Amino acid sequence: MRIAFTVNGRLHELDIDPGEYLLEVLRRIGYKSVRRSCNSASCGTCTVLLNGKPILSCSTFAVSVDGQNIETVEGMADGDKLHPIQEAILEEGGAQCGYCIPGVVMTGEALLRENPDPSDEEIRLALNGNICRCTGYEPQNRAIKKAAQVMRGEIDE
Amino acid sequence: MNDSFVTIGKPMKKVDGLAIVRGKPAYTPDYDMPDALVVKLLRSPHAHAIIRSIDSSQALSIPGVVGIFTYQDVERVPYTRAGQGYPEPSPYDTYLLDRKVRYVGDPVAVVAATTEKAALKALRKIKVEYETLDAVFDMKEASKEGSPIIHDESDCSGVYDNSRNIAAHFVMDIGDVEKTLEECEFVIRRTYHVDTQLHAALEPHNALTYLDPVGRLVVISSTQVPFHCRRILSRILKKPIAEIRVIKPRIGGGFGGKQSVIAEPYAALVTLKTGKPARIAYTREEVSMATNIRHEMSYDVIVGAAGDGKIKAISLHGISNTGAYGEHCLTTFMVSGSKTLPLYNKVDAVHFGGDIVYTNLPPAGAYRGYGAPQGLFPLDCAIDELAYEMKMDPLKLKEMNSIREGETSPIFEIMGEGREGVPQIMRSCKLQECIDLGRKAIGWDSKWGKKKRNGNKVRGVGCALAMQGSGIPKIDMGAATIKMNEDGSFNLLVGATDLGTGSDTILAQIAAEVLTVPLEKIIVYSSDTDLTPFDVGAYASSTTYVSGNAVRLAAEKVKERLLDLAAVYFEKDRSELTLESAEVRSRDGSSVSLSELCTMHMYTFNQQQISESASYVGEESPPPFAASFAEVEIDTDTGKITLVNFVSYADCGLALNPIQAMGQLEGGSMQGIGWALYEDIIYGKDGRMLTNDFFTYKVPSRMDYGKLTCSLVDSYEPTGPFGAKSIGEIGIDTPIPAISNAIFDAAGIRLRHAPFKSERVLFEILNMEV
Repeated sequence: MRIAFTVNGRLHELDIDPGEYLLEVLRRIGYKSVRRSCNSASCGTCTVLLNGKPILSCSTFAVSVDGQNIETVEGMADGDKLHPIQEAILEEGGAQCGYCIPGVVMTGEALLRENPDPSDEEIRLALNGNICRCTGYEPQNRAIKKAAQVMRGEIDE
Repeated sequence: MNDSFVTIGKPMKKVDGLAIVRGKPAYTPDYDMPDALVVKLLRSPHAHAIIRSIDSSQALSIPGVVGIFTYQDVERVPYTRAGQGYPEPSPYDTYLLDRKVRYVGDPVAVVAATTEKAALKALRKIKVEYETLDAVFDMKEASKEGSPIIHDESDCSGVYDNSRNIAAHFVMDIGDVEKTLEECEFVIRRTYHVDTQLHAALEPHNALTYLDPVGRLVVISSTQVPFHCRRILSRILKKPIAEIRVIKPRIGGGFGGKQSVIAEPYAALVTLKTGKPARIAYTREEVSMATNIRHEMSYDVIVGAAGDGKIKAISLHGISNTGAYGEHCLTTFMVSGSKTLPLYNKVDAVHFGGDIVYTNLPPAGAYRGYGAPQGLFPLDCAIDELAYEMKMDPLKLKEMNSIREGETSPIFEIMGEGREGVPQIMRSCKLQECIDLGRKAIGWDSKWGKKKRNGNKVRGVGCALAMQGSGIPKIDMGAATIKMNEDGSFNLLVGATDLGTGSDTILAQIAAEVLTVPLEKIIVYSSDTDLTPFDVGAYASSTTYVSGNAVRLAAEKVKERLLDLAAVYFEKDRSELTLESAEVRSRDGSSVSLSELCTMHMYTFNQQQISESASYVGEESPPPFAASFAEVEIDTDTGKITLVNFVSYADCGLALNPIQAMGQLEGGSMQGIGWALYEDIIYGKDGRMLTNDFFTYKVPSRMDYGKLTCSLVDSYEPTGPFGAKSIGEIGIDTPIPAISNAIFDAAGIRLRHAPFKSERVLFEILNMEV
């Protein structure tokens, strides 16, 4: 069957199998940042934004995003200029193996759009579904906090 | 001491950081190979069985199925999947495919198909007739008479005693423990048991294989050990090493789980059988139940002390569960003694020993800590119990008996990696500083022994000390090649594998510091067995210390070459020249930039390529040290354990990159916290792992801890590159004993079986009330 949806503002029209998951389809059309880990909606690695809200692409049927907007981490940087969350993750040591990072960035972005000044507890709660086996979470939590400050204009980039 | 360095000791951003945060294709599954066959494995549903027959005819008729291979199609070559020094101290007890299966998940057949759908369909259509055998799951039952024999084949080698399922056995004694105990005023005899753990690296095991235009086998794999992988593939596929190339892209986490050669051979087999590219990607279920897990261990521990608190005798006698195959079986067990017992070095007598046994469970293997946390749990907690018996502050008791700078332990010499070790003196040991800082940070003096109660909540604190190592001395080797480009940049080629630890960055920092260039002038490539020099790989906390020393030596050689060539160029004596800030400067004030010098050297003047290699093998393995403290709150109505705060201070020598070093300590601590409190593997009665996904196997998340406070103390290890030791593993050693001790301080309950599930606490509370 044929569906059409935008990814990072670019329209894609393509044939899919009705049972195909969004994760597979996104990887097939080149969005390799979307990664498979647990494949059962319990680790957050494959998180993308659907109309601005974080969803788990490993358990979302591709057909259900027909006509809608998807955002992935490939669309976050502005040319060579990183998004404040990406920059803060680098500065705080929030990326080790990096496999979880696209999911963490997208979930963090969704949080900061909704709540530009989250408390430590709100950051933990919002990103609780994003498992990271490498960092011990502290550097990533700090990074989201710092990015929020940058985005609010309170500290320089 | 950091101030004299430009790049070393600075919180440099990761050299691969930009790619990582932008989600660039970097990992094995990101490689496109449109015509690659999909490889799937049919796995045994039985824990122990003989395959009577396999009928693949129906499956082969499915459109898209290209081939199905069973034990009848592969040569029978016993080997070990363990990626470790060669010859391996692990038994050759594994076969690519065998007529016998030894755990639920053991591969039975390899399916190759053009689509995943066809491959999955074929798995369902292969008909296998099994003759099931009795199985043994309890490691304490495994070596008893009448237990089913798991490795009854005649062609396996290196097994200690097949007939009793004992894969390996080790005993060592210093002095006479029982006799020394008679002189001790206080003696603690206990049994401690720690369950297994899953690595749960987010990137599943996977590999892509193909034949290059001249017929060499190329393997792209998420592996910690590309060179061991090449050697093992050569053995089992009967293909010369020269005809195999292993490429390691970025790795999405390893923790030891990718230190064994697990998925690669099946894809390679398909490529060799069909001539076509092949891709294998394990599902999460397969990663959990059919790669490696941690060795479950149980120890009878004895600690004896004189009335003044001097610990005089320690005995650790245990059993380790290696599952169906013996990869890393002897060495993980030995490490549980060799990386823990020297910590308490003022003793008169030590015993360490026991058996590593086969069971019909998933094979255990290398896992961060590599046995040390399994040994530290009984050792540290028994000393903690001893302190309470003596009515003494346990931190004080551990402090007064533990090793310090300038001291040694005979154990270093006795126990090595599957053989004797090497003697060493602690040239750097800031354990006392770790203790002092941690004690203050947790508020030990105001909290320990105070039994703070608030309604049904009680709080307590616990401590644990740990040491690890830095590489395997006199066995494991790392090498580096540095090649200079005409613009003054350098290619750093290493066989070391960055599994996310930041080692590519740290190795680049070492080269940049020696060559006095900015970090961005060092272009790291790791690793490719065709292009990069030999390195045993990333394990045993070795990359910074072993591979780092190799990089330092290679960079120094390049520096010497540069100065020699500059001397010819300047027509000056070599002794008048120095390399500073990417320039060769002469005493008379003239200078030439590295880019200018090298451009000339390559194109017009004295035309030469500057390229140097160096190797390093550690003569010793300087341990990092840590002091960790846990504060827990127990709900006495429900048994719920809340980790309020976890504080860990570590001495890793000079931290070459403090952000990355801290990340290792924080990440290791969290993995240890998960193992202590949440991560619990459950098997069915048939030996099937029931917790083989992230729904049922609880990896800790952001809401599962209170505070995590990690810090490094300043230290300098003279044998390390720029004073560095390791930091990769030590973080995982302390959470289990520290949390166990804190639970006792809070609730008066000694949990001697990890993980510490809330129901275990509750049952103990109910027992006490009865």
